[in-house]
Amino acid sequence: MAYLDAASTEPLHPAAREAMLAALDVGWADPARLYGSARRARLLLDQARAEIGEVLGARPDELSFTSSGTQAVHLGLLGALQGRRRAGRHLVVSAVEHSSVLHAAGVHERDGGTVQTVGVALSGRVDLPEFTGAVAAEGVAVAALQTANHEVGTVQPVAEAAEACRAAGVPLLVDAAQSAGRLPIPPGWSVLTASAHKWGGPAGVGVLAVRKGTRWRSPYPEDEREQRRVPGYENVPAVVAAAAALRARAAESAAENARLSALVDRIRAEVPRRVPDVEVIGDPVDRLPHLVTFSCLYVDGEALLTELDKTGFAVSSGSSCTASTLRPSHVLEAMGVLTHGNVRVSLPRGIPEDDVERFLTVLPDVVLRVRRSLGVR
Amino acid sequence: MIWRKKAPAPVVENPAPVIPETALTIDALGRKCPIPIIMLAERVGEVPMGAVISVLADDPAAFTDIPAWCRLKSHEHVDSYELPQGGWAIHVRRKY
Repeated sequence: MAYLDAASTEPLHPAAREAMLAALDVGWADPARLYGSARRARLLLDQARAEIGEVLGARPDELSFTSSGTQAVHLGLLGALQGRRRAGRHLVVSAVEHSSVLHAAGVHERDGGTVQTVGVALSGRVDLPEFTGAVAAEGVAVAALQTANHEVGTVQPVAEAAEACRAAGVPLLVDAAQSAGRLPIPPGWSVLTASAHKWGGPAGVGVLAVRKGTRWRSPYPEDEREQRRVPGYENVPAVVAAAAALRARAAESAAENARLSALVDRIRAEVPRRVPDVEVIGDPVDRLPHLVTFSCLYVDGEALLTELDKTGFAVSSGSSCTASTLRPSHVLEAMGVLTHGNVRVSLPRGIPEDDVERFLTVLPDVVLRVRRSLGVR
Repeated sequence: MIWRKKAPAPVVENPAPVIPETALTIDALGRKCPIPIIMLAERVGEVPMGAVISVLADDPAAFTDIPAWCRLKSHEHVDSYELPQGGWAIHVRRKY
């Protein structure tokens, strides 16, 4: 099986596995206590916090660990809105944010707040002038923008958006789930969120960083853990493993990004050459190094993924026909591209070039078979 | 889900917009994407050059996908009209 779905989750990095096994033995005790084994766990936790903070550009006291990237977004966004309650109740988000952002925005709206969704270009890139205008308006509490889109890989103009937010005095939440550990974190965020399993760490570790000076109030009941930002007992071994993976990824990223990006360029060029009626979507240049999405006309996305699975390829799709929601992907819809027959290929670290070549070889026939089954001539 | 882009469509000014007559109507109501598009692609050649086809569809994907198909295949998406019973009449002009 060739695994081409790193954007869903990156396989555990060997460095993370090793660190996790070691930390399970020495880092199991309660880091909030004062005896030897507890102090060892505290030391491991603090060290991991410092290491992750260094790669992501956050101070250790700004950084808390959550149980997932989604929880980090929920806490980050609702906490920032809570902290700005007196300044305003208006939230500005891009139309292509992760569902965790949009669902938190839904909570805010049901709580009497207002939400403005800023559109994107055909490439998936947010309309920067519209975003800038939106955050400059009266009563804006918080804005949110992802570093890169999870469905199509387009990198967002976060530094420019952050500058607009700074000028307007509005805190910006930056969801870095898809890019952390792969690309440098753009400057200017007030709240930063990420997820360890996307960079090769274990599941169950999210990152929430709140920049010094940003007003933030937990939407949850009070708890002493994680700088009082995140409730519940820390998973020290998993956090240690997350830090090891991130450190390793950061060290490898220059060489591996270039390699993966060249493979993505090859897929972007070859798929439309080999398969008729296909559109490769997302920005061809300002994009994640490892992710490419294309849409095939006259194809049922679910059938396509099932056929690809049978031929030994694990890929994903934002296609309406695969999702249980029966709604087209909000990302593809906002971009105005085909929402059916959609295939997202995302390359994990170390993927053999041969896997990509085999994918390109089998794809035309798989698409043809699915089209024939739908009666397309 | 409240986060979808709202139907851009004409609406507003006239609460009951009159949907223009077309050369051909394709009834894809109740059909899931990509079927409405397959039906459109199959039959686009039946109308004269420059004529308009109306595709009736109620799969929300069709609302985005038929204009996207027009862009990809260099036909023209004229407009989309909401139907009183739900769904849309999506008008497409044959360009070649």
